[in-house]
Amino acid sequence: MRVRVLVSPKQGILDPQGIAVRGSLEQLGFSVSDVRVGRLVDLDIDTSDESQARQMAEAMCDKLLANSLIESYEVQVREDA
Amino acid sequence: MPNSRPRIGVLTFPGSNDDTDALLALDRVGAEAVSVWHQDEALPELAGVLVPGGLSYGDYLRCGAIARVAPVMEAVTQFAESGGLVLGICNGFQILCESGLLPGALRRNDSLRFICRDSTLVVATSSSPFLSRCAPGDPLIIPIKHGEGAYFAPPELVDELERHDQIALRYAAGANPNGSIGDIAGVSNRAGNVMGLMPHPEHAVNPLTGSADGALVLGSFVDAARSSTLLKVPA
Repeated sequence: MRVRVLVSPKQGILDPQGIAVRGSLEQLGFSVSDVRVGRLVDLDIDTSDESQARQMAEAMCDKLLANSLIESYEVQVREDA
Repeated sequence: MPNSRPRIGVLTFPGSNDDTDALLALDRVGAEAVSVWHQDEALPELAGVLVPGGLSYGDYLRCGAIARVAPVMEAVTQFAESGGLVLGICNGFQILCESGLLPGALRRNDSLRFICRDSTLVVATSSSPFLSRCAPGDPLIIPIKHGEGAYFAPPELVDELERHDQIALRYAAGANPNGSIGDIAGVSNRAGNVMGLMPHPEHAVNPLTGSADGALVLGSFVDAARSSTLLKVPA
């Protein structure tokens, strides 16, 4: 089962990378009020059960993929291609 | 009988680069410094453990995130939980935070720049075995060398750390190089046997390199290690 995990800096915590990117976008003429830069992890989990895949991905996030003190995550289960 | 040359282990992970300086510095201040490999599942008999600086596992995913699942960290965790002395420097501080052996986390420097220069610190505690040769308020000049050194803890946790005397070192007023909350440069766990700091005392043990203030930190560590009972963690 293919699962996509999106990890981003928690709201309310300074994201200097996001600020730098926002500045660059504005310099290019785009009007953006907030930019946060995170990380994408694509997983191919050994299960065909969607809710099990979600649970396993969440456990992976809690144990390794995200630092819950400073990051939040979103799990997207994608259909088996 | 106190051990005159206490044995302190310095971990090496793939990408650790300050392990050698840590071994040399510990030797210089009176320890018997031994190298410990990241894949070892058991520690030798040690009076202390030093988790050194560097870019373990290339800083992949997050600094220190992958090192914390290395085989040796299970033994280090047991050692720490039994009261063993553990000092984490820079990437070592990051690894200890990721392991939950220290509170908080280290973020990317606010400036987004990698900073490599001397930092001026202020000793913030009188109860750390790693700072026994210093008094609270003492200034220390110790180099920093990092891109992800901004200490973060939510406000309630910072309050708790202050209440329990867990803030070990702060950057001097006006000299916060990275945006660390509360100018925090180093913290201890509640029991005080584990400490982490972003600056590199191992790079400041010889006046030839500009400052020997790091020898106060490492020397305190050795003093404490000398009088602690050797702990053997079962494999």
